[in-house]
Amino acid sequence: MVAGAPVLMARTLAHRDAGSLPGVSAPATEHAPALAARGLTKRFGRRVALRDVSLEVAPGEVVAVIGPNGAGKTTLLSILAGLQTPNAGAVSRPPREVGWVPQAPAVYGRLSVVENLELFARLEKIPDPGEAVARMLEQAGLVDRAGDELGTLSGGNRQRVNIAVGLLADPPVLLLDEPSASLDPAQRERLWAFLAALSGRGRAVVFSTHNVDEAHRHADRLIVLAAGEILFAGAPRELEELAPDDFEAAVVRFLEQRGR
Amino acid sequence: MRWLLLKDLRILRRSPLLVGVLVAYPIVIAILIGLALSRAPERPRVAFVNEVASADTSFEIGGQRLDASRYADELFRSIDPVRVGSRAAAVELVRSGDVLGALIVPAAVTRRLQEAINLSGSGERPRLEVIYNIEDPLKAQAVESAIKARLGDANRALSGELTKLASRYLNVLLSGGRFSLLGQDFDVLGLQRSKGLLEQVAADLPPGSPAAAEIRRVAAFAQLAIENLDLSDEVLATVGEPIAVKRTVLKGASTPLEAFAVSVAVTISLMFVTILLGAGMLALEREEHAYGRLVRGLVSRVALLAEKVVLCAACAFAVTLAMLAGIGAFVDLDWGRAPLWMAALAAGALAFGALGVALGALAREVRAASLLAFGLALPIAFLALVPAGAVAATLQDVIGVVSALFPFRPALRAIDAAVNDAEPGITGALVHLGVLTVAYVAIARLALGRFA
Repeated sequence: MVAGAPVLMARTLAHRDAGSLPGVSAPATEHAPALAARGLTKRFGRRVALRDVSLEVAPGEVVAVIGPNGAGKTTLLSILAGLQTPNAGAVSRPPREVGWVPQAPAVYGRLSVVENLELFARLEKIPDPGEAVARMLEQAGLVDRAGDELGTLSGGNRQRVNIAVGLLADPPVLLLDEPSASLDPAQRERLWAFLAALSGRGRAVVFSTHNVDEAHRHADRLIVLAAGEILFAGAPRELEELAPDDFEAAVVRFLEQRGR
Repeated sequence: MRWLLLKDLRILRRSPLLVGVLVAYPIVIAILIGLALSRAPERPRVAFVNEVASADTSFEIGGQRLDASRYADELFRSIDPVRVGSRAAAVELVRSGDVLGALIVPAAVTRRLQEAINLSGSGERPRLEVIYNIEDPLKAQAVESAIKARLGDANRALSGELTKLASRYLNVLLSGGRFSLLGQDFDVLGLQRSKGLLEQVAADLPPGSPAAAEIRRVAAFAQLAIENLDLSDEVLATVGEPIAVKRTVLKGASTPLEAFAVSVAVTISLMFVTILLGAGMLALEREEHAYGRLVRGLVSRVALLAEKVVLCAACAFAVTLAMLAGIGAFVDLDWGRAPLWMAALAAGALAFGALGVALGALAREVRAASLLAFGLALPIAFLALVPAGAVAATLQDVIGVVSALFPFRPALRAIDAAVNDAEPGITGALVHLGVLTVAYVAIARLALGRFA
């Protein structure tokens, strides 16, 4: 949870207008942002991991956060998810209104799929946990594996459960930290189809990745982070001009031009 | 918290090996320690060679014949004698390790003892011979201590006989009478009768006679000797045992060793189950990557710690209460004190549980947490069991402070007070455990700052 005064402000704002923050320039969307952050700064000792980062994500929008190692991608998502507290800045929604899918499946290997979902549904205080669990089993295509222990599932299926837990409370925003890192190509395709369907239903999706081509293919908007600062925020096509046939080369060239 | 508790119980139920080891290990350790504490050490096996001919085993003190074998029996109270026929056979048994040592009673021992009593012969004191290995210093010390202690008893018994004899001689000297020495009977006048005779002779002499004055001086000397010899019994008793011991127990030690061993065994089981479970189950939240998901609004960090403490305390409480009830089938326990048992076990389990979650929060990984818990638990227990006065005063103070910082000693005191009604009672120990519980939860909460 984002602690202190910024949280109070963020909660107030969340109740007021579903996620916008004053002073944050919104992208060209017709709706109020699903998630907004303003002036996020995070320091670890003397090292600055994030420096005055602001962003907004529209409902139904898919945003990819890319950048070199140590750029601050995971730190940014952790703050948006409420796992870490920023030294400065605020997030528009409290953690309970944001779905969080960490890179490693955050579920219990000794419990079955349905037991994991039931547990988190109860902890989320969802009014009808049974209905929510049944819905997520259906959406994640896990009805047949509902009684299986997590430890016996493949990495792809575990990741599906991981995402399903993040979506149990039906949040308007879903944050995913490198969601495809441990998946094979077929599992990856199923993941992106699943996320596309979510976005089609109006959920905002923000994910971090090292795979630039994946970001190019599946994101509506890119945020390029380096050394804790946003260097670029816009549609992928705006970077394509730097290397029209190779998007990864275009990103590398962009970073070189910016001295990173 | 209820759902987390149910989740953890479900995980434990699906880990039968872990639960089995977690329950069996402390119980086995506790039983071993309990046995070690409650049973007297085995008597060391010692080869025994008696070279004294059976006809020569007695000696005479003041006309009274005493059997030397009676004094040898003193030795056998502390050793398990393996009787052999010769010194060579005894040495061989010691060499082979079949016995820890050998005790040899030379043929001349009773003769020399008789000569020493009679103040005759060469003046050489009677000696016994002890042979042992020093390969194992602990065993060698045990044998040496046992033989020295029992020889001391035998010497004291002989000294007592000699004191009695000397006292009889002095009484004869004082009051007169008959006694035997070197086979001859003597009739002794005695100082008291001598003084009477002298006074009578002096009275019969003419007044002013110089001889009467001399005789009265001798009678006065006899009176002085009579008065001082009256104290001879006390003097001789003091020579035989210069320092007597009066035992006064001021505090503690009100629990018999066997009953105390029950308390130790239960406390050790309580400690192992709670510390290992608490450390492991908290670290498991991190290893399963669920910690971050839980504390971002679903559960507060303090509630998560409280859930783990309650979980492991409840499990340990159930295990140790069952253990205590099981022990009660074999050892005489006061079942009327069962509510106090439960209070002591609950308070101890909560304090150990809090220590466990603190270790889990500091170690962060299940294996590291388990290792840390194992590594810490045994020294804590051993330090708390070091008896007062067994080490230097400064070290004792350090041990006291260290033991007060961990729950073992107060938990042991609480359980001992609850089970055995031991002093100084249960209240102080319960308060101590409560303070430690709060302190360790606070430490765990601080450690969670770097847990995710």
